[in-house]
Amino acid sequence: MKKFLMQAAWPLAVFVVVITAWDLCCRGFAIPAYVLPPPSAVVRVVLERHHTLWNAFCITALEAGGGYLLSIIGGVVIALFFAQSPLIRRSLYPYTILLQTVPIVAIAPLILMWFGSGLRSVMLVAFVICLFPIIANTTQGLISVPRNLIDLFIMSNASRSRLLLKLRLPHALPHLFVGLRISAGISVIGAVTGELFASSNAVGEGGLGYSITYANSQLQTDYLFALVLTASLLGFLFFFTVAALEWLCLRKWHESAMKIDAD
Amino acid sequence: MPQPPFIILDSVTKRWSNGATVLDGISLQAERGEFISLIGPSGCGKSTLLRLLAGLSGLSSGSVSLDGMLPESAREIMSFIFQDATLLPWRTVRSNVELGLELEGKTTESQRRKTSTALLQLVGLSDVADLHPRQLSGGMRMRVSIARALATRPKILLMDEPFGALDEMTRDFLNEEVLRLRENDQFTTFFVTHSVAEAVFLSTRILVLRAKPGQIAREIPVPFTFPRTADLRSAPEFLRLVGEVSAALRAVQVPSNPSNPGHL
Repeated sequence: MKKFLMQAAWPLAVFVVVITAWDLCCRGFAIPAYVLPPPSAVVRVVLERHHTLWNAFCITALEAGGGYLLSIIGGVVIALFFAQSPLIRRSLYPYTILLQTVPIVAIAPLILMWFGSGLRSVMLVAFVICLFPIIANTTQGLISVPRNLIDLFIMSNASRSRLLLKLRLPHALPHLFVGLRISAGISVIGAVTGELFASSNAVGEGGLGYSITYANSQLQTDYLFALVLTASLLGFLFFFTVAALEWLCLRKWHESAMKIDAD
Repeated sequence: MPQPPFIILDSVTKRWSNGATVLDGISLQAERGEFISLIGPSGCGKSTLLRLLAGLSGLSSGSVSLDGMLPESAREIMSFIFQDATLLPWRTVRSNVELGLELEGKTTESQRRKTSTALLQLVGLSDVADLHPRQLSGGMRMRVSIARALATRPKILLMDEPFGALDEMTRDFLNEEVLRLRENDQFTTFFVTHSVAEAVFLSTRILVLRAKPGQIAREIPVPFTFPRTADLRSAPEFLRLVGEVSAALRAVQVPSNPSNPGHL
């Protein structure tokens, strides 16, 4: 516990210094609040509008989480398919890289056009952006099983399904978690970006991204700050949930589980 | 009617797809309970021969009969022990030992547990049954690997340089352990090694292979009776035989020629 406090002390000190400097800047240079609101104003707006903030948080969490879960299912299924043969990988892998290289802001308007605005479309944007890290890492894990282990299973006359269930999948698990950790953070980016284009604008249905554009247009910079902080909090939450899950699954046998704090 | 030999290899030849001949006309017969060591320079195909016996690699010509069966059909009576322990890191020691039985699917969980308990006791790992492989030393991991191979009660044991990566003390200790295990279960063994002393200590027969192409250069019987103990290693007749095998091995070593590095 003492060690934990010591570890928390330094980031906390940085936090205090940054907040103080921020506050001093606002006062010292007399910066108008619509350019840079002081920390106290951000805290005030969080307290005042916690209800709408919470509402937006929940909507974005649902969109990001939904897209994320779909990308896990889709990504693992695609990776299983890719693991079947090098020919399949050679033919299709270049196209999955497109998922990574095409900017999401270019795809989002298309999704809006095809599927209309609303939660489903935003989820789809998050899904697209999360998919590649999961496909790439899981495929890598499935195909990198040491030759001797496969021979061992062959010597035991193990069926293909047993080979998959008892060897390839457990071996791929640490790789899958690498993909999951990368995608956890960017799922929120995907949802927020998606909302900029495809969010429903009905009252009470806009998430953090939608609220950000709204706050921006109204020059409510303090609220904008609160929204951005909330969005990053959501990303953190996703990331640490996955990291905790990873630790639970791998701590007994995988080397990486011991070093998770250092990542 | 006299029984045919337990294992028969008849002019076994293996060529890679690029035409290089790895094994050339290997013929050999083995009786039940023999312990045959394969020793030779790298590239002589000793590991390939083991993989052919295991059915993990196909022959180019010739034939292999294991208790009257082709290699692929004889897997049920064979176990393979690899150079590294090849344990599944996510399974406990006990669960690793039970793997072969589990994959065969002919036993109940309680039967497997009984088998693994007995084997872990036999190799002296009862205390670590619930640990994971990464918590063990290299020598302990290899013992788990041996216990796993023996769990299916194989009639044929194929060992591909299993102790090559271990320090000498651990290696000697495990050699004695293999002999002890062999007293219980009279499996027939093919054992690939680089260590002459190890080969002499364990085997009933040593095959010295030459490389390019891989052929049996010499066959040296090992006359010492079983059970053998650690004392054998310092006996004069043991040392004499080690000298003889070493000389045979030197005779087949291709002198290295820097201007013409052998292709692989």
